[in-house]
Amino acid sequence: MSRVLSRMVRWGLTAVAVVVAIYPLLFMIQTSVRTQMDFLVGGLWKLPTQPVWSHYADVLRAGFVRYLANTSLVAGASVLAIAAFGAMAAYVLARFRLRGLRLLFVLFVGGMLIPVHITLIPVYVLTRVLRLYDSLLGLIGPYVAFNLPVTIFILTGFFRDFPVELEEAAAIDGCSTARAFWSVVLPLSGPPLLTVVVYNLVILWNEFIFALVLTSSPSRWILTLGLWNFQGQYGLNVPAIMASVALSVLPLIVLYLIGQEKVMRGMLGGALKG
Amino acid sequence: MGRLGGRWYQRHVAALFLLPASLLYLLYVLAPIPLSFYYSLFRWDGLTAARFVGAGNWAELARDAIFWKSLGNNLKLVALSVLIQLPLGLGLALLTTQRGRTRKWAQGALFVPMMLSSVAIGILWKYIYDPNFGLLNGLLEAVGLPGLRRAWLGEPATALYAVIATVSWQYTPLYMLLFSAGLLGIPSELYDAAAIDGATGFQSFRHVTLPMLRATAATALTLAVVGSLKYFDLIYVMTEGGPLYSTEVMATYMYRKAFHEFRMGYGSTVAVAMFLAAAAAAAAVLASGIGPGRKEGR
Repeated sequence: MSRVLSRMVRWGLTAVAVVVAIYPLLFMIQTSVRTQMDFLVGGLWKLPTQPVWSHYADVLRAGFVRYLANTSLVAGASVLAIAAFGAMAAYVLARFRLRGLRLLFVLFVGGMLIPVHITLIPVYVLTRVLRLYDSLLGLIGPYVAFNLPVTIFILTGFFRDFPVELEEAAAIDGCSTARAFWSVVLPLSGPPLLTVVVYNLVILWNEFIFALVLTSSPSRWILTLGLWNFQGQYGLNVPAIMASVALSVLPLIVLYLIGQEKVMRGMLGGALKG
Repeated sequence: MGRLGGRWYQRHVAALFLLPASLLYLLYVLAPIPLSFYYSLFRWDGLTAARFVGAGNWAELARDAIFWKSLGNNLKLVALSVLIQLPLGLGLALLTTQRGRTRKWAQGALFVPMMLSSVAIGILWKYIYDPNFGLLNGLLEAVGLPGLRRAWLGEPATALYAVIATVSWQYTPLYMLLFSAGLLGIPSELYDAAAIDGATGFQSFRHVTLPMLRATAATALTLAVVGSLKYFDLIYVMTEGGPLYSTEVMATYMYRKAFHEFRMGYGSTVAVAMFLAAAAAAAAVLASGIGPGRKEGR
Protein backbone atom coordinates (compact mmCIF):
# COMPACT_ATOMS: atom_id res chain seq x y z
CA MET A 1 0.00 0.00 0.00
CA SER A 2 2.62 2.52 1.06
CA ARG A 3 4.68 1.43 -1.91
CA VAL A 4 1.88 2.22 -4.32
CA LEU A 5 1.42 5.54 -2.57
CA SER A 6 5.10 6.49 -2.82
CA ARG A 7 5.05 5.54 -6.51
CA MET A 8 2.05 7.78 -7.06
CA VAL A 9 3.66 10.69 -5.21
CA ARG A 10 6.80 10.22 -7.24
CA TRP A 11 4.88 10.24 -10.51
CA GLY A 12 2.81 13.20 -9.43
CA LEU A 13 5.82 15.32 -8.48
CA THR A 14 7.67 14.40 -11.66
CA ALA A 15 4.64 15.33 -13.73
CA VAL A 16 4.32 18.70 -11.98
CA ALA A 17 8.02 19.43 -12.61
CA VAL A 18 7.72 18.49 -16.28
CA VAL A 19 4.70 20.75 -16.67
CA VAL A 20 6.56 23.68 -15.07
CA ALA A 21 9.54 23.11 -17.36
CA ILE A 22 7.58 22.65 -20.58
CA TYR A 23 4.37 24.62 -20.24
CA PRO A 24 5.91 28.06 -20.92
CA LEU A 25 7.08 26.72 -24.26
CA LEU A 26 3.68 25.26 -25.13
CA PHE A 27 2.12 28.59 -24.19
CA MET A 28 4.62 30.30 -26.47
CA ILE A 29 3.70 28.10 -29.43
CA GLN A 30 -0.02 28.35 -28.74
CA THR A 31 0.15 32.14 -28.60
CA SER A 32 2.36 32.39 -31.67
CA VAL A 33 -0.33 30.90 -33.92
CA ARG A 34 -3.13 33.23 -32.77
CA THR A 35 -3.99 36.55 -34.31
CA GLN A 36 -3.27 39.56 -32.15
CA MET A 37 -6.99 40.35 -31.99
CA ASP A 38 -7.81 36.81 -30.91
CA PHE A 39 -5.13 37.02 -28.20
CA LEU A 40 -6.31 40.38 -26.85
CA VAL A 41 -10.02 39.55 -26.92
CA GLY A 42 -10.13 35.79 -26.44
CA GLY A 43 -7.93 35.67 -23.34
CA LEU A 44 -4.88 33.62 -22.52
CA TRP A 45 -6.20 30.10 -22.60
CA LYS A 46 -8.35 30.00 -25.70
CA LEU A 47 -7.00 27.48 -28.16
CA PRO A 48 -6.88 28.84 -31.68
CA THR A 49 -9.57 27.24 -33.82
CA GLN A 50 -7.48 27.86 -36.90
CA PRO A 51 -3.71 28.19 -36.38
CA VAL A 52 -2.34 31.32 -38.05
CA TRP A 53 1.23 31.01 -39.30
CA SER A 54 1.54 34.52 -40.64
CA HIS A 55 3.56 35.73 -37.64
CA TYR A 56 6.30 33.30 -38.55
CA ALA A 57 6.37 34.67 -42.08
CA ASP A 58 6.49 38.22 -40.68
CA VAL A 59 9.37 37.35 -38.38
CA LEU A 60 11.35 35.72 -41.17
CA ARG A 61 10.77 38.80 -43.34
CA ALA A 62 11.90 41.06 -40.49
CA GLY A 63 15.49 39.91 -40.89
CA PHE A 64 15.52 36.58 -39.09
CA VAL A 65 16.84 34.71 -42.11
CA ARG A 66 19.87 36.97 -41.94
CA TYR A 67 20.29 36.59 -38.17
CA LEU A 68 19.98 32.83 -38.48
CA ALA A 69 22.64 32.76 -41.17
CA ASN A 70 24.91 35.04 -39.12
CA THR A 71 24.60 32.90 -36.01
CA SER A 72 25.18 29.69 -37.96
CA LEU A 73 28.26 31.16 -39.60
CA VAL A 74 29.84 32.66 -36.50
CA ALA A 75 28.97 29.81 -34.15
CA GLY A 76 29.97 27.18 -36.73
CA ALA A 77 33.34 28.77 -37.57
CA SER A 78 34.09 29.41 -33.90
CA VAL A 79 33.27 25.86 -32.84
CA LEU A 80 35.54 24.44 -35.55
CA ALA A 81 38.38 26.74 -34.50
CA ILE A 82 37.85 25.95 -30.81
CA ALA A 83 37.94 22.21 -31.46
CA ALA A 84 41.02 22.43 -33.72
CA PHE A 85 43.10 24.89 -31.67
CA GLY A 86 41.93 23.35 -28.41
CA ALA A 87 42.85 19.82 -29.47
CA MET A 88 46.30 20.92 -30.72
CA ALA A 89 47.10 22.77 -27.52
CA ALA A 90 45.67 20.05 -25.29
CA TYR A 91 47.74 17.40 -27.03
CA VAL A 92 50.97 19.24 -26.30
CA LEU A 93 49.89 20.01 -22.73
CA ALA A 94 49.06 16.35 -22.12
CA ARG A 95 51.99 14.66 -23.85
CA PHE A 96 55.07 16.87 -23.97
CA ARG A 97 57.53 17.29 -21.12
CA LEU A 98 58.79 20.83 -21.61
CA ARG A 99 59.40 23.60 -19.16
CA GLY A 100 56.55 26.06 -18.71
CA LEU A 101 53.79 23.73 -19.89
CA ARG A 102 52.40 23.24 -16.39
CA LEU A 103 52.12 26.98 -15.89
CA LEU A 104 50.48 27.35 -19.30
CA PHE A 105 47.93 24.68 -18.40
CA VAL A 106 47.07 26.46 -15.14
CA LEU A 107 46.70 29.75 -17.02
CA PHE A 108 44.33 28.20 -19.53
CA VAL A 109 42.23 26.36 -16.97
CA GLY A 110 42.06 29.36 -14.65
CA GLY A 111 40.26 31.15 -17.47
CA MET A 112 37.12 29.19 -16.61
CA LEU A 113 36.63 31.42 -13.57
CA ILE A 114 37.18 34.78 -15.31
CA PRO A 115 33.97 36.80 -15.77
CA VAL A 116 33.71 38.14 -19.33
CA HIS A 117 32.92 41.63 -18.10
CA ILE A 118 36.49 42.39 -17.05
CA THR A 119 37.59 41.85 -20.64
CA LEU A 120 34.69 43.67 -22.26
CA ILE A 121 36.19 47.16 -22.56
CA PRO A 122 39.70 46.03 -23.62
CA VAL A 123 38.19 43.62 -26.17
CA TYR A 124 35.98 46.44 -27.47
CA VAL A 125 39.04 48.69 -27.82
CA LEU A 126 41.09 45.91 -29.44
CA THR A 127 38.31 45.13 -31.90
CA ARG A 128 38.16 48.79 -32.92
CA VAL A 129 41.94 48.95 -33.29
CA LEU A 130 41.92 45.83 -35.47
CA ARG A 131 39.13 47.44 -37.54
CA LEU A 132 36.91 44.45 -36.81
CA TYR A 133 34.18 46.43 -35.04
CA ASP A 134 30.71 45.65 -36.40
CA SER A 135 31.87 42.60 -38.35
CA LEU A 136 31.11 38.91 -37.91
CA LEU A 137 34.82 38.14 -37.99
CA GLY A 138 35.32 40.36 -34.95
CA LEU A 139 33.11 38.04 -32.89
CA ILE A 140 35.07 34.90 -33.65
CA GLY A 141 38.21 35.95 -31.73
CA PRO A 142 36.52 36.40 -28.34
CA TYR A 143 34.19 33.45 -28.98
CA VAL A 144 37.13 31.12 -29.55
CA ALA A 145 39.34 32.54 -26.81
CA PHE A 146 36.68 32.40 -24.12
CA ASN A 147 35.76 28.81 -24.79
CA LEU A 148 39.28 27.44 -25.03
CA PRO A 149 39.66 26.91 -21.24
CA VAL A 150 36.83 24.37 -20.88
CA THR A 151 37.79 22.74 -24.16
CA ILE A 152 41.46 22.41 -23.26
CA PHE A 153 40.56 21.09 -19.83
CA ILE A 154 38.31 18.35 -21.23
CA LEU A 155 40.67 17.35 -24.03
CA THR A 156 43.87 17.42 -21.95
CA GLY A 157 42.21 15.04 -19.51
CA PHE A 158 41.31 12.74 -22.38
CA PHE A 159 44.73 12.82 -24.06
CA ARG A 160 46.48 12.10 -20.75
CA ASP A 161 44.55 8.84 -20.49
CA PHE A 162 45.05 8.00 -24.14
CA PRO A 163 47.22 4.84 -24.45
CA VAL A 164 50.69 6.10 -25.36
CA GLU A 165 51.59 2.74 -26.95
CA LEU A 166 49.61 3.60 -30.06
CA GLU A 167 51.71 6.69 -30.69
CA GLU A 168 54.90 4.79 -29.95
CA ALA A 169 53.93 2.17 -32.50
CA ALA A 170 53.25 4.94 -35.00
CA ALA A 171 56.65 6.48 -34.24
CA ILE A 172 58.34 3.14 -34.90
CA ASP A 173 56.50 3.01 -38.21
CA GLY A 174 58.12 6.34 -39.05
CA CYS A 175 55.30 8.70 -38.12
CA SER A 176 56.25 12.19 -37.00
CA THR A 177 54.58 13.58 -33.88
CA ALA A 178 52.31 15.81 -35.91
CA ARG A 179 51.33 12.92 -38.15
CA ALA A 180 50.68 10.59 -35.22
CA PHE A 181 48.40 13.23 -33.70
CA TRP A 182 46.51 13.66 -36.94
CA SER A 183 46.13 10.07 -38.06
CA VAL A 184 46.30 8.04 -34.84
CA VAL A 185 45.08 10.15 -31.92
CA LEU A 186 42.40 12.34 -33.49
CA PRO A 187 40.45 9.54 -35.20
CA LEU A 188 40.12 7.86 -31.80
CA SER A 189 39.04 11.05 -30.01
CA GLY A 190 35.47 11.14 -31.26
CA PRO A 191 33.57 11.16 -27.95
CA PRO A 192 35.49 14.01 -26.21
CA LEU A 193 35.52 16.05 -29.42
CA LEU A 194 31.78 15.58 -29.71
CA THR A 195 31.33 16.77 -26.11
CA VAL A 196 33.41 19.85 -26.88
CA VAL A 197 31.57 20.61 -30.12
CA VAL A 198 28.09 20.18 -28.64
CA TYR A 199 28.83 22.19 -25.51
CA ASN A 200 30.43 25.07 -27.36
CA LEU A 201 27.75 25.09 -30.03
CA VAL A 202 24.98 25.47 -27.45
CA ILE A 203 26.92 28.18 -25.58
CA LEU A 204 27.77 30.15 -28.72
CA TRP A 205 24.38 29.76 -30.37
CA ASN A 206 22.97 31.54 -27.34
CA GLU A 207 25.76 34.12 -26.87
CA PHE A 208 24.69 37.71 -26.34
CA ILE A 209 27.09 40.07 -24.56
CA PHE A 210 29.99 40.16 -27.04
CA ALA A 211 27.57 40.55 -29.94
CA LEU A 212 25.87 43.38 -28.05
CA VAL A 213 29.16 45.21 -27.52
CA LEU A 214 30.99 44.43 -30.77
CA THR A 215 28.33 44.83 -33.47
CA SER A 216 25.80 47.53 -34.29
CA SER A 217 24.30 47.22 -37.81
CA PRO A 218 21.25 45.03 -38.24
CA SER A 219 22.97 43.17 -41.08
CA ARG A 220 25.59 41.94 -38.58
CA TRP A 221 23.19 40.97 -35.82
CA ILE A 222 23.24 37.40 -34.64
CA LEU A 223 20.04 35.66 -33.59
CA THR A 224 19.99 36.72 -29.93
CA LEU A 225 20.62 40.34 -30.85
CA GLY A 226 17.98 40.29 -33.58
CA LEU A 227 15.51 38.69 -31.21
CA TRP A 228 16.16 41.30 -28.54
CA ASN A 229 15.77 44.17 -30.99
CA PHE A 230 12.63 42.65 -32.52
CA GLN A 231 11.08 42.51 -29.08
CA GLY A 232 12.04 46.12 -28.45
CA GLN A 233 10.37 47.16 -31.67
CA TYR A 234 7.21 45.02 -31.74
CA GLY A 235 6.80 44.57 -27.99
CA LEU A 236 3.03 44.98 -28.05
CA ASN A 237 2.39 42.32 -30.66
CA VAL A 238 2.64 39.37 -28.28
CA PRO A 239 1.87 36.61 -30.81
CA ALA A 240 4.58 37.92 -33.16
CA ILE A 241 7.11 38.08 -30.30
CA MET A 242 6.27 34.50 -29.35
CA ALA A 243 6.79 33.44 -32.96
CA SER A 244 10.21 35.13 -32.99
CA VAL A 245 11.27 33.41 -29.77
CA ALA A 246 9.99 30.06 -31.06
CA LEU A 247 11.91 30.44 -34.32
CA SER A 248 15.11 31.38 -32.53
CA VAL A 249 15.05 28.34 -30.24
CA LEU A 250 13.90 25.89 -32.90
CA PRO A 251 17.35 24.87 -34.26
CA LEU A 252 18.76 23.85 -30.88
CA ILE A 253 15.51 22.11 -29.91
CA VAL A 254 15.73 20.09 -33.12
CA LEU A 255 19.37 19.27 -32.37
CA TYR A 256 18.27 18.22 -28.90
CA LEU A 257 15.47 16.01 -30.21
CA ILE A 258 17.88 14.29 -32.58
CA GLY A 259 20.66 13.62 -30.09
CA GLN A 260 19.20 14.16 -26.64
CA GLU A 261 21.58 11.81 -24.86
CA LYS A 262 24.65 13.26 -26.51
CA VAL A 263 23.56 16.84 -25.97
CA MET A 264 22.85 16.23 -22.30
CA ARG A 265 26.18 14.50 -21.84
CA GLY A 266 27.94 17.32 -23.67
CA MET A 267 26.29 20.01 -21.54
CA LEU A 268 27.08 18.09 -18.37
CA GLY A 269 30.69 17.53 -19.44
CA GLY A 270 31.14 21.23 -20.15
CA ALA A 271 29.44 22.36 -16.97
CA LEU A 272 31.35 19.93 -14.77
CA LYS A 273 34.62 21.24 -16.10
CA GLY A 274 33.47 24.86 -16.33
CA MET B 1 59.06 8.42 -24.92
CA GLY B 2 60.62 7.27 -28.17
CA ARG B 3 59.74 9.66 -30.90
CA LEU B 4 60.86 10.48 -34.36
CA GLY B 5 62.86 13.65 -34.49
CA GLY B 6 65.09 15.20 -31.87
CA ARG B 7 64.45 17.62 -29.12
CA TRP B 8 64.70 20.53 -31.53
CA TYR B 9 61.90 19.10 -33.63
CA GLN B 10 59.79 18.42 -30.53
CA ARG B 11 60.08 22.02 -29.37
CA HIS B 12 59.00 23.32 -32.72
CA VAL B 13 56.02 21.02 -32.95
CA ALA B 14 55.00 22.04 -29.43
CA ALA B 15 55.31 25.74 -30.22
CA LEU B 16 53.39 25.39 -33.45
CA PHE B 17 50.56 23.42 -31.84
CA LEU B 18 50.28 25.85 -28.94
CA LEU B 19 50.51 29.01 -30.98
CA PRO B 20 46.93 29.66 -32.19
CA ALA B 21 45.25 28.88 -28.86
CA SER B 22 47.83 30.80 -26.81
CA LEU B 23 47.77 33.84 -29.04
CA LEU B 24 43.98 34.20 -29.01
CA TYR B 25 43.81 33.49 -25.31
CA LEU B 26 46.47 36.05 -24.48
CA LEU B 27 44.90 38.70 -26.72
CA TYR B 28 41.26 38.31 -25.67
CA VAL B 29 41.33 36.89 -22.15
CA LEU B 30 44.62 37.41 -20.28
CA ALA B 31 45.90 40.79 -21.47
CA PRO B 32 42.52 42.53 -20.91
CA ILE B 33 42.69 41.86 -17.15
CA PRO B 34 45.67 44.15 -16.37
CA LEU B 35 44.40 46.53 -19.06
CA SER B 36 41.09 46.92 -17.22
CA PHE B 37 43.01 47.71 -14.02
CA TYR B 38 44.92 50.31 -15.99
CA TYR B 39 41.80 51.85 -17.58
CA SER B 40 40.25 52.15 -14.12
CA LEU B 41 42.75 54.92 -13.39
CA PHE B 42 41.41 57.17 -16.15
CA ARG B 43 38.46 59.30 -17.00
CA TRP B 44 37.70 58.29 -20.58
CA ASP B 45 34.70 58.27 -22.94
CA GLY B 46 36.26 55.79 -25.35
CA LEU B 47 36.78 58.39 -28.09
CA THR B 48 38.56 61.51 -26.90
CA ALA B 49 41.83 61.54 -24.97
CA ALA B 50 41.81 59.84 -21.59
CA ARG B 51 42.66 61.83 -18.47
CA PHE B 52 44.57 60.24 -15.61
CA VAL B 53 42.60 60.48 -12.37
CA GLY B 54 44.59 58.10 -10.17
CA ALA B 55 42.38 56.46 -7.61
CA GLY B 56 39.53 58.87 -8.38
CA ASN B 57 37.27 56.23 -9.90
CA TRP B 58 37.91 53.93 -6.96
CA ALA B 59 37.01 56.66 -4.50
CA GLU B 60 33.81 57.23 -6.44
CA LEU B 61 33.06 53.49 -6.41
CA ALA B 62 33.44 53.39 -2.63
CA ARG B 63 30.79 56.13 -2.33
CA ASP B 64 28.55 54.82 -5.10
CA ALA B 65 25.34 53.61 -3.42
CA ILE B 66 24.08 52.03 -6.64
CA PHE B 67 27.22 49.94 -7.00
CA TRP B 68 26.80 48.65 -3.44
CA LYS B 69 23.16 47.95 -4.13
CA SER B 70 24.12 45.97 -7.21
CA LEU B 71 26.69 44.01 -5.22
CA GLY B 72 23.97 43.32 -2.64
CA ASN B 73 21.64 42.12 -5.39
CA ASN B 74 24.42 39.83 -6.65
CA LEU B 75 24.77 38.39 -3.17
CA LYS B 76 21.00 37.82 -2.95
CA LEU B 77 21.18 36.12 -6.32
CA VAL B 78 24.03 33.91 -5.08
CA ALA B 79 22.23 32.98 -1.86
CA LEU B 80 18.86 32.29 -3.47
CA SER B 81 20.42 30.40 -6.38
CA VAL B 82 22.17 28.11 -3.93
CA LEU B 83 19.12 27.74 -1.69
CA ILE B 84 16.62 27.15 -4.52
CA GLN B 85 18.42 25.54 -7.43
CA LEU B 86 20.60 23.06 -5.57
CA PRO B 87 17.90 21.47 -3.35
CA LEU B 88 15.42 21.53 -6.23
CA GLY B 89 18.00 20.00 -8.55
CA LEU B 90 18.74 17.29 -6.00
CA GLY B 91 15.01 16.64 -5.55
CA LEU B 92 14.48 16.28 -9.28
CA ALA B 93 17.53 14.02 -9.54
CA LEU B 94 16.12 11.79 -6.80
CA LEU B 95 12.73 11.72 -8.52
CA THR B 96 14.18 10.73 -11.88
CA THR B 97 17.04 8.48 -10.77
CA GLN B 98 16.33 5.28 -8.91
CA ARG B 99 18.34 2.16 -8.28
CA GLY B 100 20.99 3.06 -10.81
CA ARG B 101 18.48 3.88 -13.54
CA THR B 102 17.27 7.22 -14.82
CA ARG B 103 13.83 8.12 -16.07
CA LYS B 104 15.08 9.38 -19.40
CA TRP B 105 11.87 10.89 -20.73
CA ALA B 106 11.43 12.97 -17.59
CA GLN B 107 15.02 14.16 -17.49
CA GLY B 108 14.88 14.87 -21.19
CA ALA B 109 11.78 17.03 -20.79
CA LEU B 110 13.12 18.78 -17.68
CA PHE B 111 16.38 19.64 -19.41
CA VAL B 112 14.75 21.56 -22.28
CA PRO B 113 15.13 25.04 -20.67
CA MET B 114 18.92 24.58 -20.79
CA MET B 115 18.75 24.59 -24.60
CA LEU B 116 17.28 28.10 -24.77
CA SER B 117 19.28 31.30 -24.88
CA SER B 118 18.98 33.64 -21.91
CA VAL B 119 17.62 36.20 -24.35
CA ALA B 120 14.81 33.88 -25.45
CA ILE B 121 14.04 32.92 -21.86
CA GLY B 122 14.11 36.55 -20.75
CA ILE B 123 11.65 37.62 -23.42
CA LEU B 124 9.38 34.63 -22.82
CA TRP B 125 9.24 35.31 -19.09
CA LYS B 126 8.77 39.02 -19.55
CA TYR B 127 5.43 38.12 -21.07
CA ILE B 128 4.68 35.54 -18.40
CA TYR B 129 5.08 38.33 -15.82
CA ASP B 130 3.22 40.93 -17.89
CA PRO B 131 0.66 42.78 -15.72
CA ASN B 132 -2.09 42.83 -18.37
CA PHE B 133 -1.86 39.70 -20.45
CA GLY B 134 0.74 37.69 -18.55
CA LEU B 135 0.44 33.99 -17.84
CA LEU B 136 1.14 34.36 -14.12
CA ASN B 137 -1.59 36.91 -13.44
CA GLY B 138 -3.95 34.90 -15.61
CA LEU B 139 -3.17 31.81 -13.57
CA LEU B 140 -3.73 33.65 -10.27
CA GLU B 141 -7.09 34.83 -11.52
CA ALA B 142 -8.02 31.35 -12.71
CA VAL B 143 -7.37 29.85 -9.29
CA GLY B 144 -9.36 32.58 -7.54
CA LEU B 145 -6.54 34.75 -6.25
CA PRO B 146 -6.96 37.92 -8.31
CA GLY B 147 -5.80 39.95 -5.30
CA LEU B 148 -2.24 38.73 -5.87
CA ARG B 149 -2.07 40.08 -9.42
CA ARG B 150 0.68 42.62 -9.89
CA ALA B 151 3.27 44.01 -12.30
CA TRP B 152 5.89 41.47 -11.24
CA LEU B 153 8.79 43.09 -13.05
CA GLY B 154 7.47 46.62 -12.75
CA GLU B 155 7.50 46.88 -8.97
CA PRO B 156 10.81 47.21 -7.10
CA ALA B 157 9.51 44.96 -4.33
CA THR B 158 9.02 41.93 -6.57
CA ALA B 159 11.25 42.47 -9.62
CA LEU B 160 14.42 40.86 -8.24
CA TYR B 161 12.55 37.81 -6.96
CA ALA B 162 10.71 37.43 -10.25
CA VAL B 163 14.04 37.46 -12.07
CA ILE B 164 15.54 34.97 -9.62
CA ALA B 165 12.57 32.63 -10.18
CA THR B 166 13.29 32.73 -13.90
CA VAL B 167 17.00 32.09 -13.32
CA SER B 168 16.00 29.06 -11.25
CA TRP B 169 13.72 27.82 -14.03
CA GLN B 170 16.66 28.11 -16.41
CA TYR B 171 19.42 26.49 -14.35
CA THR B 172 17.77 23.95 -12.03
CA PRO B 173 17.89 21.29 -14.81
CA LEU B 174 21.68 21.56 -14.87
CA TYR B 175 21.88 20.75 -11.17
CA MET B 176 19.41 17.91 -11.65
CA LEU B 177 21.74 16.41 -14.23
CA LEU B 178 24.79 16.95 -12.03
CA PHE B 179 23.18 15.30 -9.01
CA SER B 180 21.79 12.53 -11.16
CA ALA B 181 25.30 11.73 -12.39
CA GLY B 182 26.43 11.79 -8.75
CA LEU B 183 23.65 9.39 -7.74
CA LEU B 184 24.55 6.99 -10.52
CA GLY B 185 28.11 6.95 -9.19
CA ILE B 186 27.09 5.59 -5.78
CA PRO B 187 27.82 1.84 -5.65
CA SER B 188 24.61 -0.13 -5.07
CA GLU B 189 26.44 -2.35 -2.55
CA LEU B 190 26.27 0.53 -0.08
CA TYR B 191 22.48 0.51 -0.23
CA ASP B 192 22.42 -3.28 0.07
CA ALA B 193 24.60 -3.07 3.16
CA ALA B 194 22.41 -0.35 4.65
CA ALA B 195 19.31 -2.47 3.99
CA ILE B 196 20.90 -5.48 5.67
CA ASP B 197 21.62 -3.27 8.67
CA GLY B 198 17.91 -2.50 8.74
CA ALA B 199 18.11 1.09 7.53
CA THR B 200 14.86 2.71 6.47
CA GLY B 201 14.61 4.58 3.19
CA PHE B 202 15.19 7.88 4.92
CA GLN B 203 18.10 6.55 6.95
CA SER B 204 19.91 5.23 3.90
CA PHE B 205 19.30 8.60 2.20
CA ARG B 206 20.70 10.41 5.24
CA HIS B 207 23.71 8.16 5.81
CA VAL B 208 24.56 6.85 2.35
CA THR B 209 23.20 9.15 -0.35
CA LEU B 210 23.97 12.55 1.16
CA PRO B 211 27.57 11.85 2.24
CA MET B 212 28.33 10.27 -1.13
CA LEU B 213 27.04 13.36 -2.94
CA ARG B 214 29.41 15.69 -1.12
CA ALA B 215 31.81 16.16 -4.03
CA THR B 216 28.92 16.73 -6.45
CA ALA B 217 27.36 19.26 -4.10
CA ALA B 218 30.70 21.09 -3.88
CA THR B 219 30.91 21.33 -7.66
CA ALA B 220 27.31 22.53 -7.83
CA LEU B 221 27.98 25.13 -5.14
CA THR B 222 31.01 26.50 -6.97
CA LEU B 223 29.09 26.69 -10.23
CA ALA B 224 26.15 28.48 -8.60
CA VAL B 225 28.31 31.00 -6.73
CA VAL B 226 30.63 31.90 -9.59
CA GLY B 227 27.78 31.90 -12.12
CA SER B 228 25.58 34.16 -9.99
CA LEU B 229 28.31 36.76 -9.61
CA LYS B 230 28.72 37.22 -13.35
CA TYR B 231 25.05 36.99 -14.29
CA PHE B 232 24.04 39.38 -17.07
CA ASP B 233 22.03 38.37 -20.17
CA LEU B 234 18.72 37.45 -18.61
CA ILE B 235 18.54 40.44 -16.28
CA TYR B 236 19.55 42.84 -19.00
CA VAL B 237 16.82 41.51 -21.29
CA MET B 238 14.11 41.35 -18.63
CA THR B 239 14.62 44.61 -16.71
CA GLU B 240 17.90 46.31 -17.73
CA GLY B 241 18.52 46.55 -13.99
CA GLY B 242 15.32 48.45 -13.22
CA PRO B 243 12.94 49.51 -11.89
CA LEU B 244 14.84 51.95 -9.67
CA TYR B 245 17.95 49.73 -9.74
CA SER B 246 16.00 47.02 -7.90
CA THR B 247 17.45 44.32 -10.19
CA GLU B 248 20.77 46.01 -10.92
CA VAL B 249 23.70 43.61 -10.59
CA MET B 250 27.39 44.39 -11.04
CA ALA B 251 27.41 43.18 -14.65
CA THR B 252 24.42 45.28 -15.75
CA TYR B 253 25.80 48.28 -13.87
CA MET B 254 29.18 47.90 -15.54
CA TYR B 255 27.48 47.71 -18.95
CA ARG B 256 25.34 50.75 -18.16
CA LYS B 257 28.37 52.84 -17.15
CA ALA B 258 30.64 51.76 -20.00
CA PHE B 259 28.29 51.42 -22.96
CA HIS B 260 25.28 53.63 -22.18
CA GLU B 261 26.98 56.51 -20.40
CA PHE B 262 30.32 55.95 -22.16
CA ARG B 263 32.27 56.18 -18.93
CA MET B 264 34.86 53.59 -19.92
CA GLY B 265 37.18 54.37 -17.01
CA TYR B 266 34.49 54.04 -14.39
CA GLY B 267 33.02 51.03 -16.19
CA SER B 268 36.45 49.39 -15.98
CA THR B 269 36.51 50.12 -12.26
CA VAL B 270 33.19 48.34 -11.79
CA ALA B 271 34.45 45.46 -13.96
CA VAL B 272 37.60 45.09 -11.89
CA ALA B 273 35.55 45.14 -8.68
CA MET B 274 33.40 42.39 -10.16
CA PHE B 275 36.49 40.39 -11.07
CA LEU B 276 37.83 40.77 -7.54
CA ALA B 277 34.50 39.69 -6.06
CA ALA B 278 34.46 36.59 -8.27
CA ALA B 279 38.08 35.81 -7.38
CA ALA B 280 37.35 36.26 -3.67
CA ALA B 281 34.31 33.99 -3.89
CA ALA B 282 36.25 31.31 -5.76
CA ALA B 283 39.08 31.55 -3.20
CA ALA B 284 36.58 31.35 -0.33
CA VAL B 285 34.92 28.25 -1.75
CA LEU B 286 38.30 26.59 -2.29
CA ALA B 287 39.73 27.63 1.08
CA SER B 288 36.69 26.44 3.01
CA GLY B 289 37.60 22.95 1.91
CA ILE B 290 34.19 22.24 0.40
CA GLY B 291 35.33 23.16 -3.08
CA PRO B 292 35.85 20.63 -5.84
CA GLY B 293 39.19 18.97 -6.20
CA ARG B 294 39.16 17.53 -2.71
CA LYS B 295 38.44 13.86 -2.96
CA GLU B 296 35.90 12.07 -0.82
CA GLY B 297 36.95 10.09 2.20
CA ARG B 298 38.11 10.92 5.65
